[in-house]
Amino acid sequence: MGAVEAGIAMVMRFDVILTILAAAAFGIVVGAIPGLTATMAIALLVPITFFMEPIPAVGAMIACSAMAIFAGDIPSTLMRMPGTPASAAYTDECYAMTRKGEAEVALGANVLFSALGGLFGTAVLIVAAPLLAEVALGFSSFEYFWLALLGLSCAIFIGTGAPLKGLLSLLLGLFFATIGLDNPAGIPRFTFGNAELLSGVDFIPAMIGLFAVSEVLRAMASGAPDWEMRQTAMRNPLKGWGRMFVTYWPQQLRGNITGTAIGILPGAGADIAAWVSYAMSRKFSKTPEKFGTGHVEGIIESTSSNNAALAGAWVPALVFGIPGDSITAIVIGVLYLKGLNPGPTLFLNNPQAIYAVFTIFILANLAMIPLGLAALKAGTALLRVPRKLMMPIILVFCIVGAYAVNNSVYGVVLMLGFGVLGFLMEEHGVPIAPCVLGIVLGKLLEEAFVTSMIKADGQLLAFFERPMAAGLGVLTLLVLCLPLLGRLRRALRSA
Amino acid sequence: MKRLLVAAAGLALSVCLSFAPAIAAYPERPITLIVPWGAGGGTDSVARMIASLLERDLGQPVAVVNRTGGQGVVGHQAIADATPDGYTIGLLTVEIAMMHWQGLTKLDPASYTPLALVNEDPAGLQVRADAPYKTAKDVIDDVTKSPGKYKASGTAQGGIWHLALAGMLTSLKVQPTAVPWVPSNGAAPGLQDLVAGGVQIVTCSLPEARALIEAGRVKSLAVMATERSKLMPDVPTLKEATGSDWTIGAWRGVAGPKGLPKEVTDRLIPALKKAYDSKAYQDFLSSRGFGGRWAEGAAFGAFMTEADASLGKVMKEVGLAK
Repeated sequence: MGAVEAGIAMVMRFDVILTILAAAAFGIVVGAIPGLTATMAIALLVPITFFMEPIPAVGAMIACSAMAIFAGDIPSTLMRMPGTPASAAYTDECYAMTRKGEAEVALGANVLFSALGGLFGTAVLIVAAPLLAEVALGFSSFEYFWLALLGLSCAIFIGTGAPLKGLLSLLLGLFFATIGLDNPAGIPRFTFGNAELLSGVDFIPAMIGLFAVSEVLRAMASGAPDWEMRQTAMRNPLKGWGRMFVTYWPQQLRGNITGTAIGILPGAGADIAAWVSYAMSRKFSKTPEKFGTGHVEGIIESTSSNNAALAGAWVPALVFGIPGDSITAIVIGVLYLKGLNPGPTLFLNNPQAIYAVFTIFILANLAMIPLGLAALKAGTALLRVPRKLMMPIILVFCIVGAYAVNNSVYGVVLMLGFGVLGFLMEEHGVPIAPCVLGIVLGKLLEEAFVTSMIKADGQLLAFFERPMAAGLGVLTLLVLCLPLLGRLRRALRSA
Repeated sequence: MKRLLVAAAGLALSVCLSFAPAIAAYPERPITLIVPWGAGGGTDSVARMIASLLERDLGQPVAVVNRTGGQGVVGHQAIADATPDGYTIGLLTVEIAMMHWQGLTKLDPASYTPLALVNEDPAGLQVRADAPYKTAKDVIDDVTKSPGKYKASGTAQGGIWHLALAGMLTSLKVQPTAVPWVPSNGAAPGLQDLVAGGVQIVTCSLPEARALIEAGRVKSLAVMATERSKLMPDVPTLKEATGSDWTIGAWRGVAGPKGLPKEVTDRLIPALKKAYDSKAYQDFLSSRGFGGRWAEGAAFGAFMTEADASLGKVMKEVGLAK
């Protein structure tokens, strides 16, 4: 047990704890600003870690990323402006709760279940990292193709209203994903010779436009009336949490497991985890009709999921140096710089460092509760600002965020365009969530399909040749066909 | 009268301000370093290391700005389009000698003022650790026997590691189409696919493959350089393994827009030399397993022109050029 104690002792130092707290506060600020993602927060930390000891450096990155993913929920709930892409899946649900006067309940759920999700992911990382990394490493493009298709089928469950309009929205999203040069063949598509368009439709400006700018436009069109509902203050957070924990424990557990699993897979991260969990929550809910009206159930499942994914992404990163998401891609570079070269040998030669990493994960997720509650109190004060003043401020934040993504005006133009599109779509009852999902998954789906076809010399049956791919393929086809079969059976019965 | 005085004072002030840069010594305000690739990648970390070292020497902040997208086109364009006053410079990558051959942009190495080459990582030839090959020659023999059977990956279609493979095969009198290329989003996904059994060959650099080589999942059979790598001295050069003279690597160098004034280059090149020679940078290279390579000013320009010609030749041979 010497290594465990040594690992814990490496963390329990004044300077290390202080670094972790400072990085956590930094993560909350960056995560809460739309357009500035958790990945960006980590990238900004990199030059600072050049001059740090290994353990505080790693600690800063873990604490910062965990806080940023949670903090993304704050503007998402208060202003319908996802702070990070990982919050996009349940932005509408959180915002609907704010409209009902339950902003503090929604944010309280985000704090608690983000922390618990993070702890669950950490537990999996501690117990089974080497084993699970092995499984994740076995995933090839054939398996990813089915996973992306399964993800797209989520659109059926997340879109409210008419299925045809949901499909239209999804296809729009898939179309946007085809723009640019970053496709398997490396051929520019829909770029009209413009250098900026070569980089395609960046997901973040599109998301800010669709969600936040469209909301600003709508508020302005109606003269920005103030909230009809008074926000109820969250009384005792512990009491509310106890009730949610007891009522929704299966959802929470499912979110934790889904999130961790998706995080471990190198091709997918916290954002996709949140989408899948939100869709699953609705699919298996006893009251699916409440989804989209400000119901906490789906929020709990997906907010657990995205934080669990964060820890899951460290599994292949620590064991094989293969990043599980865009954050760990940066972390791996820092691990090398600090002499903590990832690989199975790290677990053998330097176990105390591994235990130190685990300890930091636990500490960071625990620290999320008090820090998160403080951020929540500060955030909800914003709701008392008259909406007439708030809307222009939100627009300014949107513009700054869209600019910051790539330091170019192109992002701002993109965001404004998507704002108008989102406004028009919602005015005509077309849901925007499937469109966002299409942009997220479109590239993954196309890449997986085209690369698989190259590998298999065009044989479609190859998608069923590998055992894991075959299993996933059958599952996907079942999910897609079951509603049709059900309808067929009902039709036969009534005939 | 009062208004006139204010206007005159304002005019005088603005005249002073507009002349100020010419009077004060460069640099007198923060410098922007544009990186055409994403935050956190290898190129980004080189840029951030160089920026933090330049900052100490120049006494002005050097801000790293990532301008990503279009497989490097957007960022390279931003560097070339900047005002040539020395306050916007950038990190060029090998793609600058490739993109224009593909018809993606008009930019080429001549669109810049070369400052310094700071790093080069040669391509390696990697296969699964449990593959039945002992040498690079075994791989080539097998590929020749059954063209089209084996697939390779490591970067996007037409990317540097794709060229590494195509150039290697051509130099050994094998049709480049004998090993179809499976595009990937960089080396890590390509390597993962190698271990997952999706592809059989990955031609990426040794530092990129390092974790999986050390984990015993992947082995490197050759490095496409004139000398063996410091990181893995046991891996033979391609010449030793197969007799081919083919060498290729991904390189990175600092440059500014075309027409940087001499006073700027005279200040920046020695500062870059100091940064390159510093212990911090050399330690950084060795801990990441990156290869160092130095060339300054005109020598870096000549290096790029030469790379441009040789890459263009291969791209035409294998049908990647427009």
